[in-house]
Amino acid sequence: MRFYRALLYLFPAGFRNEYAAEMCAVFARKQRDSFAPLLWIETMFDVLYNALLVHLDILRQDLTYTLRTLRRSPGFALTAIAVAALGIGATTAAFAILDHVILKPLPFADQDRLVQLFQEHAFSAGDVSPANFRDWQRMSTSFEAMGCFRGLSFNLVGESEPRRVVGSGLSAGMLPLLGVKPMIGRWFSEPEDAAGAQGTAILSYALWQSNFGGETSVLGRKILLDSEPYTVIGVMPKDFYFPTRLPQIWTTNRFAPQAFEDRTDQYIFPIGKLKRGVALQKAQAEMSTLAAGLERQYPKELAHVGVLVTSLRGGMSQQSKLMIEALLAAAGCVLLVAAMNLANLLLARAIGRGRELAVRTAIGAGRERLVREMLTESMVLSLAGGVLGTALAVSVLPLLVKLVPVYLPITEIPAVDFRFLAFALTVTTVTSIAFGLVPALRACRDTAAVGLREGARSGGGPRERFRSMLVMAEISGSVVLLVCCALLIRALDRVSNTDPGFRAEGVLTARMTLPMPKYETVAARDAFYREVLTKVSQLPGVESAAFTSFLPFVMRGGVWSIAIQGVTQEPGSLRNGSLRFVSPEYFKTLRIPLLAGRDVRLSDSANSQFVAVVSESFVKYYWPGLNPIGRTFNFGNSNRVVVGVVGDVKVRGLERKSEPQVYLPYQQHVRVGDSYAPKDLAIRASGSVTALAPALREIVHQADPLQPVSDIRTLADIVDGETAPRRVQAVALGAFTAIAFLLAAIGIHGLLSFSVTARTREIAVRLALGADSKAILSAILAETAALTGAGVLAGCAAAYAAALQLRALLAGVTPEDWLSYFAAVVLCAVMAVGGSLVPAWRALRVDPAVAIRTD
Amino acid sequence: MLETPECLLPLPTATFYILMAVASEDRHGYAIIQDVAELTNDTVKLSAGTLYRSIQRMLEQGLLIETESATPETDDERRRYYRITPFGRKVAEAESQRLSRMVKLAQRSGFAARKAYR
Repeated sequence: MRFYRALLYLFPAGFRNEYAAEMCAVFARKQRDSFAPLLWIETMFDVLYNALLVHLDILRQDLTYTLRTLRRSPGFALTAIAVAALGIGATTAAFAILDHVILKPLPFADQDRLVQLFQEHAFSAGDVSPANFRDWQRMSTSFEAMGCFRGLSFNLVGESEPRRVVGSGLSAGMLPLLGVKPMIGRWFSEPEDAAGAQGTAILSYALWQSNFGGETSVLGRKILLDSEPYTVIGVMPKDFYFPTRLPQIWTTNRFAPQAFEDRTDQYIFPIGKLKRGVALQKAQAEMSTLAAGLERQYPKELAHVGVLVTSLRGGMSQQSKLMIEALLAAAGCVLLVAAMNLANLLLARAIGRGRELAVRTAIGAGRERLVREMLTESMVLSLAGGVLGTALAVSVLPLLVKLVPVYLPITEIPAVDFRFLAFALTVTTVTSIAFGLVPALRACRDTAAVGLREGARSGGGPRERFRSMLVMAEISGSVVLLVCCALLIRALDRVSNTDPGFRAEGVLTARMTLPMPKYETVAARDAFYREVLTKVSQLPGVESAAFTSFLPFVMRGGVWSIAIQGVTQEPGSLRNGSLRFVSPEYFKTLRIPLLAGRDVRLSDSANSQFVAVVSESFVKYYWPGLNPIGRTFNFGNSNRVVVGVVGDVKVRGLERKSEPQVYLPYQQHVRVGDSYAPKDLAIRASGSVTALAPALREIVHQADPLQPVSDIRTLADIVDGETAPRRVQAVALGAFTAIAFLLAAIGIHGLLSFSVTARTREIAVRLALGADSKAILSAILAETAALTGAGVLAGCAAAYAAALQLRALLAGVTPEDWLSYFAAVVLCAVMAVGGSLVPAWRALRVDPAVAIRTD
Repeated sequence: MLETPECLLPLPTATFYILMAVASEDRHGYAIIQDVAELTNDTVKLSAGTLYRSIQRMLEQGLLIETESATPETDDERRRYYRITPFGRKVAEAESQRLSRMVKLAQRSGFAARKAYR
């Protein structure tokens, strides 16, 4: 019997109070008449089924009631839905990016066991030489399999005009290791990865569609990549990206025996699959021991070279991560402000309905029933807001793609998947309970006691204090966002104003990657460069033009060690320089100041003395206080004599430390890999530089009809690309802040309006008794000031805590940057005054005679 | 509350049985269950849940009213008796008519033998 009584708790309280005794009686009678086990089973189902139906019945009633009341106050309904939509939309969009970039498993088999291995140097962690990779693969025991990839790009010549495609060279075991099968065709086989094997290629879905019409007959077709024949053996599925988002074609590496000779020639990236049960730390320990052994074996080449083992996403920069996390935190803040705003709206409404609720309680409606009804209302509102917010999130996602790093093997725009929808639903539910429950409970408490009293002051007392606290919290929330937003904008400003070391305005750039072996000799390249440069410099408005191995920011690495006789270097100190071959006038074109000596010349040929132009920091580090001109150093496998000194360039990016730069004449290119052959063209011209593009294409076509021109863009665009993620984040955060700010203003306005209405009679009496309007006004403003002051104080403290977390994003702007706080406080003051204007005006217009008569 | 009996049609089966059970006299819960079982030769056995869920709705719809027990029995019977309202009668009549119209239609279509329905 006790159990039956407990079962009845499944019914709503109202129903239970009414019928529990009766039902127990019936049950008792039945127990007397029938077989016990059968009765119990029957009863369980009976209770479950009917309890559910009763609940649904109530839900239906509440829904009908809610929809009717909401229709009667569309203003309230629309405001609430919009507020919920903004909060939920912001949070869902931010979560989608976070989930996509940081949380969601990468689309590879056993992706949690996949790790990246880097060669760790004093200065950075990076690519690996084939010889080291081969040793790691042979000697390590932590891995089930190991594969590697390297970055490649090809001139794809087919039926259409020549095209530059980004590709990747894979070891034969790489794709099986990732566990992704080609959509059509097959994986590479081991013999196809052997030295001297015929070329084989696997296409990306996009390239297959765009260049091969999506026909399955592409399998077995011969294509030309950099003039070398390759056979197409497969097409990867649409959503396959590896190792980054960019590659469109994959081939094998086919390393020749010579590739294993030089251990300092690093250009491949290993991926390992940990054996089941082997932790990353254990693999790291093993690899470190292994690297120490190799260092003993090759003390010169592998001095201070370790191994770094990270998860696949481990290579992701802390900054990208923090940027997205900050965005989600900000969105959470918006959601919080929105929920508090909604709570306030509902509370105000509940107080407005106090009399009605009191009457209903008096005639026997249980409190549980009223709470339930109000929760249904908040549920309906937030569900509508959730649907709208989710649609909003989906539509703004494309605007946030700059926050998805290009170097991850994932799509640009997060997919709207189950996780996305589940999150949206969870946020919606939590929101509706959060903003619905407290007002519902508070509104229904003691309604019966006070609500019916004639002329009872609506509001006031603890309830109004609670509402004030909500508004205060809203203000705090928006202060946090305002301060963080201001700090990040200041950081963005600082980064944008960082001097890159060159003048980007008025420069057009383009890439012409010369295919090997066609352009294997310096002479062949020289002819191409001379023809292009001569013709380009004759174009109208062109001041100068030059080729370089890689433009700054386009390629950040390309670093070689520097050796100088008589200079011993501390291990772990700056001991590298970035190597670039350039044609004459490179410095003039980029406006990199020539500080001493001369530029490289056409007469610096392979037969003359090897020379170099170095950057200022090179001199400061190696020959402080000395004249560097005429001094010799070893770099890029040759001795070079310094003939000039130029200003430093932030090769690695605006926010990073860069190695000193060494510029070499392009004709003195020996014993350095072909990938350093100049390929980036920079043209400085007056007027619109982009207008030069067609003429440039024509010139290149004349020089070599099979040579594609890719990446035509201005240098200014490249520099802008440096701050693009920051700008997107700042804009998104700015939008969030604006929303929170607006919501807080509405909150202040709502609260003051309400308290003015509630106190109309009090104000009227005071006015009748001779108080002047100034006193009334100052009372209202004092309330505003108290709310805002408290909110701002708490907000500033929280903002400081948040800013400390953001430190890595602040680019040197300190977390206590007073200007940001000042701006936030001023804006809040403006908001508070703005929010209280209308209520104050209404208070002043209270007509004592009318107001006192109303009740 | 709904104004016309037709608005409530068709009646849920349990509701119709309960109306039949209380048609002649006020009954309490267990008596209704017994009466329905008797009427249907033990083929319909209302459960407590179904019974009171139906009763709750019927009270709201105005088909029944609760009455004080007219003739308190000696045993542990509860005090809640249910009486059919005039509106409840109208609804039950409307439901009967609806059903007989349905049966006539079914006969015309050959689904039901005429003999079975006199």
